Amino acid sequence: MRAAVVVFPGSNCDRDLAVAFERVGFDVTMVWHKETGLPEGVDIVGVPGGFSYGDYLRCGAIAARSPVCKAIVSHAERGGYVLGICNGFQILTETGILPGALLRNAGLKYICRTVGLRVETTDSAFTREYEKGQVIRIPIAHHDGNYYADDATLERLRAEDRIAFTYTENPNGSVADIAGILSPNRRVLGMMPHPERAADSGHGGTDGLALFRALAGVLAPA
Amino acid sequence: MQEPAITPELIESHGLKPEEYDRILDIIGREPTFTELGIFSAMWNEHCSYKSSKKWLRTLPTEGPQVICGPGENAGVVDIGDGQAVVFKMESHNHPSYIEPYQGAATGVGGILRDVFTMGARPIAAMNSLSFGAPDHPKTRHLVHGVVEGIGGYGNCFGVPTVGGEVRFHPAYNGNCLVNAFAAGLADADKIFYSAASGVGMPVVYLGAKTGRDGVGGATMASAEFDDTIEEKRPTVQVGDPFTEKRLMEACLELMQTGAVISIQDMGAAGLTCSAVEMGDKGGLGVKLQLDHVPQREEGMTAYEMMLSESQERMLMVLRPEKEAQARAVFEKWDLDFAIVGETIAEDRFLIMQGNEVKADLPLSKLSSEAPEYDRPWVPTPAPAPLGEVPQVDPIDGLRALIGSPNHAAKQWVYEQYDTMVMADTARTPGLGAGIVRVHGTDKHLAFTSDVTPRYVRANPVEGGKQAVAEAYRNLTAVGAKPLASTDNLNFGNPEKPDIMGQFVGAIQGIGAACKALDMPIVSGNVSLYNETDGEAILPTPTIAAVGLLASADEIIGTQVRDGHVALVIGETTGHLGQSALLAEVFNREEGDAPHVDLEAERRHGDFIRAHREWIAACTDLSDGGLALAAFELAEGSGVGVQIDTDDMGQLFGEDQARYLIACNFDQAEALMAAAGQEGVPIQAVGRFGGDTVRLGGSEAPLEELSRLYRTAFEAAVG
Repeated sequence: MRAAVVVFPGSNCDRDLAVAFERVGFDVTMVWHKETGLPEGVDIVGVPGGFSYGDYLRCGAIAARSPVCKAIVSHAERGGYVLGICNGFQILTETGILPGALLRNAGLKYICRTVGLRVETTDSAFTREYEKGQVIRIPIAHHDGNYYADDATLERLRAEDRIAFTYTENPNGSVADIAGILSPNRRVLGMMPHPERAADSGHGGTDGLALFRALAGVLAPA
Repeated sequence: MQEPAITPELIESHGLKPEEYDRILDIIGREPTFTELGIFSAMWNEHCSYKSSKKWLRTLPTEGPQVICGPGENAGVVDIGDGQAVVFKMESHNHPSYIEPYQGAATGVGGILRDVFTMGARPIAAMNSLSFGAPDHPKTRHLVHGVVEGIGGYGNCFGVPTVGGEVRFHPAYNGNCLVNAFAAGLADADKIFYSAASGVGMPVVYLGAKTGRDGVGGATMASAEFDDTIEEKRPTVQVGDPFTEKRLMEACLELMQTGAVISIQDMGAAGLTCSAVEMGDKGGLGVKLQLDHVPQREEGMTAYEMMLSESQERMLMVLRPEKEAQARAVFEKWDLDFAIVGETIAEDRFLIMQGNEVKADLPLSKLSSEAPEYDRPWVPTPAPAPLGEVPQVDPIDGLRALIGSPNHAAKQWVYEQYDTMVMADTARTPGLGAGIVRVHGTDKHLAFTSDVTPRYVRANPVEGGKQAVAEAYRNLTAVGAKPLASTDNLNFGNPEKPDIMGQFVGAIQGIGAACKALDMPIVSGNVSLYNETDGEAILPTPTIAAVGLLASADEIIGTQVRDGHVALVIGETTGHLGQSALLAEVFNREEGDAPHVDLEAERRHGDFIRAHREWIAACTDLSDGGLALAAFELAEGSGVGVQIDTDDMGQLFGEDQARYLIACNFDQAEALMAAAGQEGVPIQAVGRFGGDTVRLGGSEAPLEELSRLYRTAFEAAVG
């Protein structure tokens, strides 16, 4: 059971994500952004939070054009699992793996606090250990987490049950309160909140651990 | 390029006094070049030379078995067991933040982070202590927004959790806000990197970002008072790039693993000048720099500009030559500049070359050893007039005045703009008392706090100085930590005025006594003087930041109170209202003496809390606002009400020291009272937690209503 965590020069949640993966039993390899390929046999790629290339130009825009991102895109196209958190979600929308975009927070300020998330679907390897409609508490920490997609895209996300999480109290202006979405094949999850910051008792909350546990359950060798 | 002639005006504009210039002439026996004048001005300004404060700083306690490295290096190093060390310091960026709040505060954070990772430590926690002018002053809102965004913008991107700090408002800061930034890092105790160069002919390597013209003369600016020419000083504020800093940190830590580093020094105030002189001086060596090799962002930079630039995110290192290829590869990996710009030399010389031209040729050791040092005249601060009559106030109205003031209201508007949880080891985010961070990969925790009550210090510098340390001690104790050591950031007005110098001397005496008694040696620090605008000084503000250790998560004392918990106060309450928050916020009076600090009682009560932590469900220290504010904060944080039995103003709002508020079950309260009786520690049951109202004596209000006020007052005032 192998996870790869991508490290951009400005990633700063790479270690946190690796710790969460390791906690549920993954072997984790850190993959430098200049790499053009992923290690053999990787089951899931984690694209961590942070400021990949300083968030210059637009969050995630430069990262989406980096060598390693080409490898992530082909991994996803081959049906591989990808988890993008915060800046990772921004990068995944910039690559086009996930639809929509993350705009500046409606309040124009960076927000770090623990928020309520409603689990909208349990039909994914990421969310299967939650219950539909369950409210979990997970920290957010971002300046550009205001999810936007046009009406047609939203309609499709809804019709295909691809909205993974919504905010119980929308902190950033996201359309339809969206906090995280799935790819059409349900194997790529992008989310602004940080489940890896609610994954052990020392964090003061462990609601994020079930996401990693669920992944381990699906990806564990039979 | 024709260099300007050295005239009295040019000397003055470099912040050098005529007698200081005479000293330069004595040392070098000739007129300095323009570049040399710049170098002297950079080395001899107050900010870099501590010329007014050194005499007094030497009196502070700086040693203890836990201290691995005290003041004098980039940051202090303290043993936390298991071969690990915490490396920390606090530093001001006051003047730049007033001129350009976003960049001033951002680069303040950048500077302190660099101080920490230069020593080989990965930053794991940050705090900041902020003092602004009156909330309704026309500049305040702009400064608050800019400073907070700047701190967040830099720290969040760099990836260090901000876990604590303070924000205060007082008209004395109208023309001179304070931004004191703290950072702490984690290192292996046997892998600390120092600045002293060693070995002759060793390459001097420039690392990080390129040099531009930003910040030229910044340290000299920071050592001057402000007047109406302030807008002209904007170009002396540096511009920060946290993305580069993050890469510089990773590259430096990686580099240190290769064994290539003989010594390393960050380029902070007075950039290349200060860092090169520091490394040479500490190692008893000279340094030769060839400026043509310095990576430059702009064309046609003069030697003067390069030596005085304060461009950010740069380091200077003395390299083990056989490791050059390995070292260069690390910096190429992180896309940072790596350039050999000079070498160490045997002679006591600071030789600066550009092309074939000698731009400066100075006796290196004399730049620091011969720096002026003053024994400034000072007068002790006169004893304050006794506090007059204080009219009665309804206790709930008094509480409303406190929690409705941005000084005492909840600060989530501020700290939610900071990433408080990155690195996923934060065990206690800001909001109530000390912040707590787990030592990664262990169950040990470190607690962090920063404290000072400037009103006290102005009324009584000695007691105020003691109080700042005592409050830091209590904040660490209240979360269950054992205080380890402290760092001081001493912000004062113009030291050439004997009354200001008297405040400084008094505060140092108080801080020294308290650090000694409470075993919290000062291991690093910073002095910021000349915090005056048009002759008006700030309140004396000696910020004390301190670090405490918890052996395991089990040692953490919580903050959650429950319905039915008993409220106990540890320590003696006489009802001291002099210089209190109640007096200031309700009556707009800053009168009377500061509360006196009984250091022996502080220590005894602190030990009592730590010894009996298993009986304590929640704890907070009593500081400004007294019992009433502490009880409200503890209750509000858990969403339960509280009833305090007394309606005596002194009992409710007095600010006597060495006190804690405890919440616990009835049985635990009985055990605590018995233990306190045996150990001679004053303890008193003052009420209970529960319900949905806050009752102080005979006066009552719904918790929800007060909570709303408490949670919105800050934003209403300055948001």
